[in-house]
Amino acid sequence: MTILVLAEHENGAIAPATLNTVAAAAKIGGDIHVLVAGQSVGAVGEAAAKIAGVAKVLLADNAAYAHQLPENVAPLVAELASGYSHVLAAATSNGKNILPRVAAQLDVDQISEIISVESADTFKRPIYAGNAIATVQSSAAIKVITVRATGFDAVAAEGGSAAVEAVSAAHDAGKSSFVSEELAKSDRPELTAAKIVVSGGRGMQNGDNFKHLYALADKLGAAVGASRAAVDAGFVPNDMQVGQTGKIVAPQLYIAVGISGAIQHLAGMKDSKVIVAINKDEEAPIFQVADYGLVADLFESVPMLIDAC
Amino acid sequence: MKVLVAVKRVVDYNVKVRVKADNSGVDLANVKMSMNPFCEIAVEEAVRLKELSVKEGRVATEIVVVSIGPTTAQEQLRTALALGADRAILVESADELTSLAVAKLLKAVVDKEQPQLVILGKQAIDSDNNQTGQMLAALSGYAQGTFASKVEVSGDSVNVTREIDAGAQTVSLKLPAIVTTDLRLNEPRYASLPNIMKAKKKPLEVLTPDALGVSTSSTNKTLKVEAPAARSAGIKVKSVAELVEKLKNEAKVI
Repeated sequence: MTILVLAEHENGAIAPATLNTVAAAAKIGGDIHVLVAGQSVGAVGEAAAKIAGVAKVLLADNAAYAHQLPENVAPLVAELASGYSHVLAAATSNGKNILPRVAAQLDVDQISEIISVESADTFKRPIYAGNAIATVQSSAAIKVITVRATGFDAVAAEGGSAAVEAVSAAHDAGKSSFVSEELAKSDRPELTAAKIVVSGGRGMQNGDNFKHLYALADKLGAAVGASRAAVDAGFVPNDMQVGQTGKIVAPQLYIAVGISGAIQHLAGMKDSKVIVAINKDEEAPIFQVADYGLVADLFESVPMLIDAC
Repeated sequence: MKVLVAVKRVVDYNVKVRVKADNSGVDLANVKMSMNPFCEIAVEEAVRLKELSVKEGRVATEIVVVSIGPTTAQEQLRTALALGADRAILVESADELTSLAVAKLLKAVVDKEQPQLVILGKQAIDSDNNQTGQMLAALSGYAQGTFASKVEVSGDSVNVTREIDAGAQTVSLKLPAIVTTDLRLNEPRYASLPNIMKAKKKPLEVLTPDALGVSTSSTNKTLKVEAPAARSAGIKVKSVAELVEKLKNEAKVI
């Protein structure tokens, strides 16, 4: 059994989600190969070779794979997949974009966002916004799977010494091209990888008031998230959204401020170890999942919290 | 150009689902069903493209809406017709189909209808798979613009702005192409009563997987569906000081 992991990378560095995906591969068992596809990704390949437990790195360095357009990367992965029992990618926007295209090319069903490995062919995954957990078995010769990063503890980024092998295959479908990118700038930890997340909702009232949460986050070394209501109201950009349609986080501590706790928001954070809710409405559903709830006006309690931490 | 929109009948997003006692699935008896919210956005985008007049004429000239599912999915197709779709196709199947099977059926419909643009939701809120659009793109050999927050058709290509983890990305796709909608693409309209009445007269064709020559067999089998582990009851603290004390000494997270 040999497992192919599609590396998630950006700006010449391995993304943390790749380490969680390798951890899932290790649970399945067998040799783990990592595919790095992109343009000028030599350094990423070197970094991938150092990940603990990786036996080989396949490096597909080609202009066609720049920005990892799925029309070009999926045929590459599908071509390489024939030698593997499993193909895994992180359930990031990139992994979700590419892998179903690979599965369809291989004529197999994909299993999305697994949270645990029961055996080499059986996996658990959440459905209905996390309100049910399905155990799914795959009889496919090549099992195509995306991995929810928060379901698996990351493997060490250092300690491995895999060989790097160049892949010459160049697939350029010529059907799509990259135009531009607008990345949200942040000095705080990445939302999905942060140990502490502070999130604000409609109760923040406006974007300016998020400065209170940024101050609290800086004090705690936390990332700042938001509910859909806060994003739709224009308080913060949409890449900060936590929930079924945004990012899935499972930090040690999740502090929900002015968030009512709709099903779709809970889907993105209810696996957090400790949940704190600060809300002035004591009937808010968020209190049903919170370990510690404080019924109070956030504009009084958050500054007090900053002072007390 | 012709736009094909795929819609799915799912449990209404406000319903808190219950897992069946025998762990065979989720109890959907007597539960309110609706059009998947992402599919509503897909229908709305198609209708806006049709409404949008450009120099060389209208961007979208015909909207065909398709659903794959039980007979009752006709309700969701009628809703789409009331929102502005011109005609509907139901591929009737009582079985619960996987994303790959649905993608194969949609591919057969695409072959038949030859649309220039196919719009789907990015995921259904029941299976949470986020696969069908990408799989349809692979099977038909078309380019894909997933998680779209902006769609601009110009000539023989479409520019799609996509929501990605770190922000937004714009790609240019050659038509025909597949687009899957993200929540921020638009705000779907409501159907008016006169339009609901008119929708009853619009054509609705019923097909079967057999008639389309598509096998819906699957390599995936659901063994069990369980309720997620319940969180142990929390406590309400009285003050910020008590909260900080608990976080430091009891939970030991700060």
